[in-house]
Amino acid sequence: MTENQEIQFPEHLLKEVGRIISQFPEGKQKSALIRVLHIAQAHFGYLSTPVMDYVARLLHILPIEVYEVATFYSMYDTQPVGRVKLEVCRTGPCMIEGAETIVSYIEKKLGIKDGETTSDGIFTLKTVECLGACGYAPMLQAGEKFHEHLTEEKVDQLIEMYRNKPVANYMGLENNG
Amino acid sequence: MARKLLLEHAQVEGIHTYDVYRKNGGYKAVEKALKSMSPEDVVEEVKKSGLRGRGGAGFPTGMKWSFIAKPEGVPRHLLCNADESEPGTFKDRYLMEKIPHLLIEGMIVSSYALGCNSSYIYIRGEYMYVLQILERAIAEAYANGWLGKNIQGSGYDLDLHVSPGAGAYICGEETALIESLEGKRGNPRMKPPFPAVQGLWARPTVVNNVETIAAVVPIVNEGGDSYAAIGVGKSTGTKLISASGNINKPGVYEIELGVSVEEFIYSDQYCGGMKNGKRIKACVPGGSSVPILPHYLITKTAAGESRLMTYESLADGGFASGSMLGSGGFIVYDEDQCIVRNTWNFSRFYHHESCGQCSPCREGTGWMEKVLHRLEYGHGKMEDIDLLWDIQRQIEGNTICPLGDAAAWPVAAAIRHFREEFEWHVNEPKRCLETNYGLVKEKTFESVNA
Repeated sequence: MTENQEIQFPEHLLKEVGRIISQFPEGKQKSALIRVLHIAQAHFGYLSTPVMDYVARLLHILPIEVYEVATFYSMYDTQPVGRVKLEVCRTGPCMIEGAETIVSYIEKKLGIKDGETTSDGIFTLKTVECLGACGYAPMLQAGEKFHEHLTEEKVDQLIEMYRNKPVANYMGLENNG
Repeated sequence: MARKLLLEHAQVEGIHTYDVYRKNGGYKAVEKALKSMSPEDVVEEVKKSGLRGRGGAGFPTGMKWSFIAKPEGVPRHLLCNADESEPGTFKDRYLMEKIPHLLIEGMIVSSYALGCNSSYIYIRGEYMYVLQILERAIAEAYANGWLGKNIQGSGYDLDLHVSPGAGAYICGEETALIESLEGKRGNPRMKPPFPAVQGLWARPTVVNNVETIAAVVPIVNEGGDSYAAIGVGKSTGTKLISASGNINKPGVYEIELGVSVEEFIYSDQYCGGMKNGKRIKACVPGGSSVPILPHYLITKTAAGESRLMTYESLADGGFASGSMLGSGGFIVYDEDQCIVRNTWNFSRFYHHESCGQCSPCREGTGWMEKVLHRLEYGHGKMEDIDLLWDIQRQIEGNTICPLGDAAAWPVAAAIRHFREEFEWHVNEPKRCLETNYGLVKEKTFESVNA
């Protein structure tokens, strides 16, 4: 229970949640769930069970309604991840433009495999499906930012930059996890 | 020079802001519709225009609109499908990022036509930065009296909001999108009832793609007939094509429907030809779901006619020798690309994105991925090729939503046109990892078992 008591959005995020709920008709506040989970993940780092329970209470829905959504959509993390997720697109057009080489390069440089997090907790590498940047391939997404036309040099620069710089995960909101 | 109806002002400095958009003729369609047209008049113009759904299905938009049920006292909703996730497709992101007000203007006019007072743009979660661009533009539209109560003194009210997904290709299917917007898993619904009767919160709902809704703006401004004058036959107007792969100039192009595939690939106005002077091996003209075409069926149909960028010409020959315009995700492959690897890659995508509701899709996509992986990595057997054919046939048509078909078609087309390359993978298990097969031999079409 002590854990649950610590989980609370600060005032400005509660206001944002209120704004989102108000976009839907009375009684349809569940429609805000997907967006509120994005905020929760950006603020708390990942969607732990207590975080999901908190979101359920905020929206007056059952915890199971939150769990089933959190486990369906690929952007949600229900386990801890690094401060910066490097999500490299691996689908068709990115593959033919060298996505596999970029993934191996990051794996080697950071000493982790796809899906793993560096021991300092900074980077998680994840291959993802098409992000809608096929004409600017290969590409990766870090937080909400798209980095396109990747080369090994560009990857080096990105990793240096994010090592010391926070990443915006939801409308400029930084990951505190 | 080809006419541009959507991207005409895309390069104008500051066009994403209200002031610049307005100065360039923005919101004139709303003025015209609210002042001088009834909702039925707008629907009529859209019908006349011949506009077809730009998300992939190509269903006539005016007809789709006319299906919306209008029970007394029940609100109706227009939903914009901005869940763009079909591999090869990135046009909607471009449009929303560059000219967000065009989509908003289209939403206002279309909502008016359908009698909706509350509309939503459902955007894929990975486009969160685009969501911010849209929300800023929507705030400007409210501030200038184009949204909210009594728009421009017309008595018409409209609220418009943006809502994100969170990483699920399936939410581009309209009933899955509705489920997602209700805050649930994106499991497609059984039809009927169709969304036009029971959609969002069981209310009558229309779901249209970003580009479709944007196209309503020039249709209202210039009239449906003027729009229909562009194009060939039932492929009217302009279309955004996302071009990617081994070409010199990947990017988003607005074409007049009817331009030849040859011109689109080789002209400097569009793709600018093949990169590094390589030969073209294959082309997926409408997003990963549509059949892949071998080199000899790209610029010409099996009947030897010039292939055009239209719904009909790209589909000429049916699945035996044609493909589809789909979402306009145009992927070009050069002679160094491996069809087995590409097919495996797409199968992995569909396996990853299957929602899991229907067994043929949930299991079948996984089997196809495994068999293709085996073939690509030199462990395949000759029977595997027939096994793949068998699996895809049993997925197609046996699922609630079209994701099953979308997973089956690329596999079927790859085997249909590139069987010798699959066989080579079985016969040369080591060489296929080091080198590529090159171009397949031309076939005639009496012999194909489509």
